[in-house]
Amino acid sequence: MDQDLGTGIPSEPTERAAPLLEIRDLKVEFPSRRGTVVAAEGVGLSLEAGEILGVVGESGAGKSTLAYAVMGLIEPPGRMAAGEIRLGGERIDTLPPEAMRRVRGKRIGMVFQDPLTSLDSLMTVEEQLVETMLTHLPISDREAKGRAVELLEQVGIPDAATRVKNYPHQFSGGMRQRVVIALAICCEPEVLLADEPTTALDVSIQAQILALLKRLVRERGMGMLIITHDMGVIYEITDRVAVMYRSRLVEIGPSDKVLNRPDHPYTRSLIAAVPPPDRRIDRFPLVEYIESAGTTTRKLDLASHWLGKARDFGAGDGPLLRLEHLTMRFLTRPSLLPSRRRWMTAVDDVSFEIRSGEVFGLVGESGSGKSTIARIITGLYRPEAGRVIFAGEDMTAMSSRKEINRLRRQMQMIFQDPYSSLNPRMKVGDIVAEPIRFHRLAESETEVRRIVADLLEHVGLGSRAALRYPHEFSGGQRQRISIARALATRPRFLVCDEPTSALDVSIQAQILNLLKDLQEELGLTMLFISHDLPVIRQMCDRVGVMQRGKLVELAETEALFEAPQHDYTRHLLALMPRMRAA
Amino acid sequence: MLLYIIRRLVQSVLVMLTVALIAFTLFQFVGDPINNMVDQDTTLAERERIRKELGLDDPVIVQFWRFVENAARGEFGVSYRLKKPVAELIAERFPATLELSIISAILALGIGIPMGVYTALNRERWTAKLFMTLSLIGVSLPTFLIGIFLILIFGVQLRWLPTFGRGEVVDLGWWTTGLLTASGLKSLIMPSITLAVFQMTLIVRLVRAEMLEVLRTDYIRFARARGLKDRAIHFGHALKNTLVPVITIIGLQVGAIIAFAIITESVFQWPGMGLLFVQAISEVDIPVMAAYLMLIAFVFVVINLVVDILYVVIDPRLRTES
Amino acid sequence: MSDETALPEAAGRPDERPPSALARFLDSDLWWSFRRSPLVITAFLVTVLMIGAATFAPWVAPHDPFDLASLDLMDSLLPPAWLEGGDPRYLLGTDDQGRDILSTILYGARISLLVGFLSVILAMLIGVTIGLVAGYAGGVTDAVLMRIADIQLTFPAILIALLVDGVMRGILPPEAHEEVALFVLVLAIALSSWVQYARTVRSSTMVEKRKEYVQAAQVIGLPSARILVRHILPNVMGPVLVIATIQLALAIIIEATLSFLGVGVPPTSPSLGTLIRIGNDYLFSGEWWITVFPGLALIILVLAVNLLGDWLRDVLNPKLR
Repeated sequence: MDQDLGTGIPSEPTERAAPLLEIRDLKVEFPSRRGTVVAAEGVGLSLEAGEILGVVGESGAGKSTLAYAVMGLIEPPGRMAAGEIRLGGERIDTLPPEAMRRVRGKRIGMVFQDPLTSLDSLMTVEEQLVETMLTHLPISDREAKGRAVELLEQVGIPDAATRVKNYPHQFSGGMRQRVVIALAICCEPEVLLADEPTTALDVSIQAQILALLKRLVRERGMGMLIITHDMGVIYEITDRVAVMYRSRLVEIGPSDKVLNRPDHPYTRSLIAAVPPPDRRIDRFPLVEYIESAGTTTRKLDLASHWLGKARDFGAGDGPLLRLEHLTMRFLTRPSLLPSRRRWMTAVDDVSFEIRSGEVFGLVGESGSGKSTIARIITGLYRPEAGRVIFAGEDMTAMSSRKEINRLRRQMQMIFQDPYSSLNPRMKVGDIVAEPIRFHRLAESETEVRRIVADLLEHVGLGSRAALRYPHEFSGGQRQRISIARALATRPRFLVCDEPTSALDVSIQAQILNLLKDLQEELGLTMLFISHDLPVIRQMCDRVGVMQRGKLVELAETEALFEAPQHDYTRHLLALMPRMRAA
Repeated sequence: MLLYIIRRLVQSVLVMLTVALIAFTLFQFVGDPINNMVDQDTTLAERERIRKELGLDDPVIVQFWRFVENAARGEFGVSYRLKKPVAELIAERFPATLELSIISAILALGIGIPMGVYTALNRERWTAKLFMTLSLIGVSLPTFLIGIFLILIFGVQLRWLPTFGRGEVVDLGWWTTGLLTASGLKSLIMPSITLAVFQMTLIVRLVRAEMLEVLRTDYIRFARARGLKDRAIHFGHALKNTLVPVITIIGLQVGAIIAFAIITESVFQWPGMGLLFVQAISEVDIPVMAAYLMLIAFVFVVINLVVDILYVVIDPRLRTES
Repeated sequence: MSDETALPEAAGRPDERPPSALARFLDSDLWWSFRRSPLVITAFLVTVLMIGAATFAPWVAPHDPFDLASLDLMDSLLPPAWLEGGDPRYLLGTDDQGRDILSTILYGARISLLVGFLSVILAMLIGVTIGLVAGYAGGVTDAVLMRIADIQLTFPAILIALLVDGVMRGILPPEAHEEVALFVLVLAIALSSWVQYARTVRSSTMVEKRKEYVQAAQVIGLPSARILVRHILPNVMGPVLVIATIQLALAIIIEATLSFLGVGVPPTSPSLGTLIRIGNDYLFSGEWWITVFPGLALIILVLAVNLLGDWLRDVLNPKLR
């Protein structure tokens, strides 16, 4: 709780008894041919039995490295260059490999992020549990089998006695993570390390797994170190939290204090960047501490610039986009016999309208069909039934390429994954220019280049970015490039499919600000898709809630959040972490 | 799973029919069968009669069907060159090729797989690096050159081993074997090594690459995090997962050995089917070519079928619905 | 989330001048790895040397072994120059017709390399096209193309090459066959090896097809052909180059094998394989050099190409870094 403001390195008051797990002055480095990367430096923290310590930070901060250092599993050529790690008072970082092996699993257990790949698919759950237990515990094979069943029951898997003989692929994602947890605690370790244990899971499953972890820790008196980038997780189950930024620990203390009255400027910026779930704000406060937008870039005078001009759409009143009874199914089991085929209904009779100039949100968990709808609208999928009517014209009835392309120019899409939405072999300038060139929207090549330069300036990257390749940019910058590309056809409708889900919280705030600004300046109509309710609240005017292909509720944003009508909506809202304690 | 086997069986039959089609086409369009079978002096009338007798005037479909029927019974006509029934020729030479192939396969797999595993688990040791270098050289040596060099060193210079032929064979009725005589065994040594080297090196590299991939996976990392012993991790988890995809390739390799036998038999004058085939190619002896093709296709198809079934048996993901 | 062990990515400092293409190359992992490995440098030099010597054989070779007028039967079966009975004019000895072995090796290597390169290029063209189409179109097209590929894959290259060659031999009259034999051979080897390219390109295409930049291009309205060529093709070519290097070695071996068996290049333009076959007859009478030197030349060439291919594969494999 004390912060040595002189050196900026936080420290804990010295305890009398040795803490369960203690890290002092840890430094981990990875030599590479371009120089040594320091993944963690000067990190110190302690963990007591029965408490849950969260380690939060954005990507690259060094949080996972901590866990690997404790376990002694840092991949060479990486190594622990300085510091001490003590378990129950004794040093474990200097143990010989065989001794360290005995510590792993028996005294410290670890849970990884992705349940899909954490288990060996060729062995049954029972075999894997028994194998682990027999390695560390002096029990018989029969005893181990019995315990295996008990463990599965404790982690909440129904019908444990039968399911213990199943293979990993026969469990669903959430169930599999429970199996992973069972494996991590089967030898009754004192410390549990969890590296992003819920990131790969759906929101409702996340809550269950977090509750499970909390219960196990309290029941067994373990100490748990949970690593995450999600503030909501910190709020839900941690007692204390440590904040990491660029390989250093910048703040540590009780969760309540750090989340609500943070000391360090980075923590303050980080918390400020999290979209508040309880109200709508105009813009996210600019997160100055982190990677500032960097250079000053020109903003365009849109009244006179090409971007703001002559957007060739008819005025017309009525909704800009109308979806009527859209249905889409995918074949899950192909077969020569039609009767034996299995289908999955991704979109089930969905109809709604989007008005000109509004930001319409579509929210739901994975598999709800929201992304499928986006792809139907932009023409990537053909719906089985229903119509898509854009600006009064029925797109689904069109067949000529030219006609469809005319409408296509008016709508564009921004995708979720900044690392795969740009062609790695094309220069940024060419990526942004491609739609302009293809639709012949400019008079000459010089004009094309000028427009591209202006667009890049306007989204905050600077015109010089045109000569570089995508891999030279960070995730947030790449999304800016995607936005520039989307704007290049002067669209009036923008589909944003989870545009910030893959970004760190602080970068997310910047991008959302940018999108808000653009929407106002250019009068864009937007379809904003996300699974993150607080973000939806910040961005959207009206919201549609999707569950398993059906649209279950549609309302104005505030109305939806304050007075939800449908059970599922209420369920989703309940799962939203409340960041600020009441 | 039953459905899967049935589907594969159907596919196999289709493959066989396709190959039969190719073989049949050879007969139809490459040269005139009649010319190849009779002398210059045979009169036109005679030729017409033979043509009718052999049914060469019938519609193509009928001829094709007859071809397939005959093939299924093992009847491939008479060799243009040797004037003996093809089936007989093949039956004579089949045991030689098969013995050679099986011994080579055992060598290649028996040395290749363990070496691959060893070099993957011990990447840094100099022995592993040595094996990898040797394997690189092995892949670069054409089979026939290996044979020639072996003959030069062990046959001509040192005179330890016979340089051609099969040695004495024991006739077991429908099978002749060289495994029961000393000279037979000695004759087997160089050819089988020659045949095995290329395949062995491929297997070493394949197994090594696959195992290194497996060792990088999350579930191996999790196994380490649970404190399992190295042996359990390497042989209990990693090896099993490595062998699953390797099995398919091994199936292909065994097939390749039989084909590569062609080369080895040529170098060592080994009286097997391969040598027969090469001679048939240079003399354009269509019946032999067609028969060899069908037979090899059959062997490959059977091997692939076995491998696919094994795959399903071993990998639980394919056996049970999730 | 990005890999925590990676360097914090350059914030694309927009004010600096971006590096030129040459600068990017010199900074790349490829060049760095190349510089560090003496073995690979040697392999590269050897390959370049052999390709150079073979291409310029008419100018480099000390004798022209195919100029029948210059052959002297009195000079036949001479051992290499450093052995007793050798002649310094014929460094590696002569064969039964009085031809200088060194020269025949150079000319022979020329043919071997020519056939090798041509067949690789042809196989690449066929395989990449089929792979792209199968991967992008999916559905029935993909199923049919891949069935064909699977069927062909069950037969080893040697067999297919032999077969194609044999069929051609049967169809064409002997004189015509001699003329086109080289091209028939190239075709045979190419037909036997296109599947590797097709498979790799197909699976890469299927992966790239799902990536969002392809979807972005579709949303822009680009037609499929353009997307395939401008977007997907450049991104799937990486592994193709590695396969090409390995296949080159294989093609050279197959050609040599076929020529050795007597069904490869016509005797008028002998390749290294043909030379080995000719020399095989003299093994037992003690004139070992007629076979051994061409054999060594073949091995060195293939080894060098394989080394390069191996190195290329290791360097281009992102997972090994």
